[in-house]
Amino acid sequence: MSEAIGPLRRTPLCEMHRQLGARMVAFGGWEMPVQYAGILEEHRAVRERAGLFDVSHMGEIEITGPGALEAVQYLTPNDASRLSAGEVQYSALTTPEGTFVDDITVYKFAADRYWLTVNASNIEKDFAWIREHVISGAEVRNISDEMALLALQGPRAQEILEKLTSVDLGTLRYFRFVEAQVIGIDCCISRTGYTGEDGFEIYISPQHVATLWNALLEAGTPMGLQPCGLGARDTLRLEAKMALYGQDIDDRHTVLEADLGWIVKLEKGEFIGREALVRQKAAGISRKLVGFEMRGRGIARPHYTITRDSQLIGEVTSGGPAPSLGKNIGLGYVAVQYAAIGTEFDIVIRGQPVAARVVPTPFYKRAR
Amino acid sequence: MVPEGLHYTKAHEWVKVEGDRGRIGITHFAQSQLGDIVFAELPQVGRVLRQMEAFGVVESVKAVSDLYCPLTGEVIEVNSSLESNPEQINADPYGGGWMIVVSIADPGELGNLMSAEEYKAFLAAEEH
Repeated sequence: MSEAIGPLRRTPLCEMHRQLGARMVAFGGWEMPVQYAGILEEHRAVRERAGLFDVSHMGEIEITGPGALEAVQYLTPNDASRLSAGEVQYSALTTPEGTFVDDITVYKFAADRYWLTVNASNIEKDFAWIREHVISGAEVRNISDEMALLALQGPRAQEILEKLTSVDLGTLRYFRFVEAQVIGIDCCISRTGYTGEDGFEIYISPQHVATLWNALLEAGTPMGLQPCGLGARDTLRLEAKMALYGQDIDDRHTVLEADLGWIVKLEKGEFIGREALVRQKAAGISRKLVGFEMRGRGIARPHYTITRDSQLIGEVTSGGPAPSLGKNIGLGYVAVQYAAIGTEFDIVIRGQPVAARVVPTPFYKRAR
Repeated sequence: MVPEGLHYTKAHEWVKVEGDRGRIGITHFAQSQLGDIVFAELPQVGRVLRQMEAFGVVESVKAVSDLYCPLTGEVIEVNSSLESNPEQINADPYGGGWMIVVSIADPGELGNLMSAEEYKAFLAAEEH
């Protein structure tokens, strides 16, 4: 969890989180709930039933105009021209070096209207970056303050949301979204998430988000829905090997090193960082983000070193217990010759090497 | 949640004097601040600890926390069941969640620790 400098920002639900017994922490400049009933219980709720997260701290940047697609294409490595209206794409804002300004999701509303959903701690940086690099014909607006966001995640998410909307959620596929009403309020319902479960992210205006939060909890509680904090969000996303900006990805590691080559479409045309990524792809990467599980007793944590035969070969970026797997897992960058599945190395925990092994990721994959 | 008769450290450990031995754990406040405890690393029997020396570690889902020994002494018992069931520390911090027993080398050191009343006042001050 990052420490904030200066006063913390609050989502419209801050007081409600306190009333629900949440423990609040500073995260990315925001005061956010880290847990309500407990991280393990909330984690289990999302895997087995459903969880409701306030993620209103996330940012949204809108790009409109005749040059909107061209702008998105230039800013991001994935191919936004493949999107139809109502589709979402995981992508990034890349630097000329092919590293991350941020990781983002791209929403296509229309040929001349896109949204980028960005990390809370990066909103101002991303907005400045985009304005600096966007070409003519596109207008960029930071709409983060006009947008709240709830994530309803888990196998019973659809069943719960269906009680509050007439939208046919059964036909809304993964990474698709629809503008619709939920309890009579205009929302954008996106079938996406950061947990490795089925679920929805619901964009709504800040003045209505409390009403929606309460309605979802009321409808969902009989089905086992629980409010969930950032603690469970982190254990869930780690099991699903979804990268966390500032830990697993940053402006010092390239998209290829982060093992996110699938969002790099070199053939799509010019974009920021393309040249560097073309070069790196040809030369080969020298380090790579891998998933590992602990074989010895111990929990890997960010910044622990990774060694083999006492030689430094890498560093942990994320680590912790995987409650759904009953193991301790982690992510880290290692020299590429140690990145193959099955490779054994040590995580140095309080000065002692503890055995770990590279395993296939995602660590957790839901049954479909 | 602060039992009478125990002695407390500012790092939120407790020690219960049982004759010439001291039974040691962390307080209810400490476990509730940590949240779900998923890992405990405790010393070997026979290790000699000085007062307020770090003797082990507990880890919650998110945090790593050092444990400090309230009294100088030799470790004579370790609650090894915490290795497989660290959640006992959350469920019963003053009972099944005990961590080690040391032989008390110097009962005079108890004077450096807080009584239940003093620890309660310490917690109240910490919260403000």
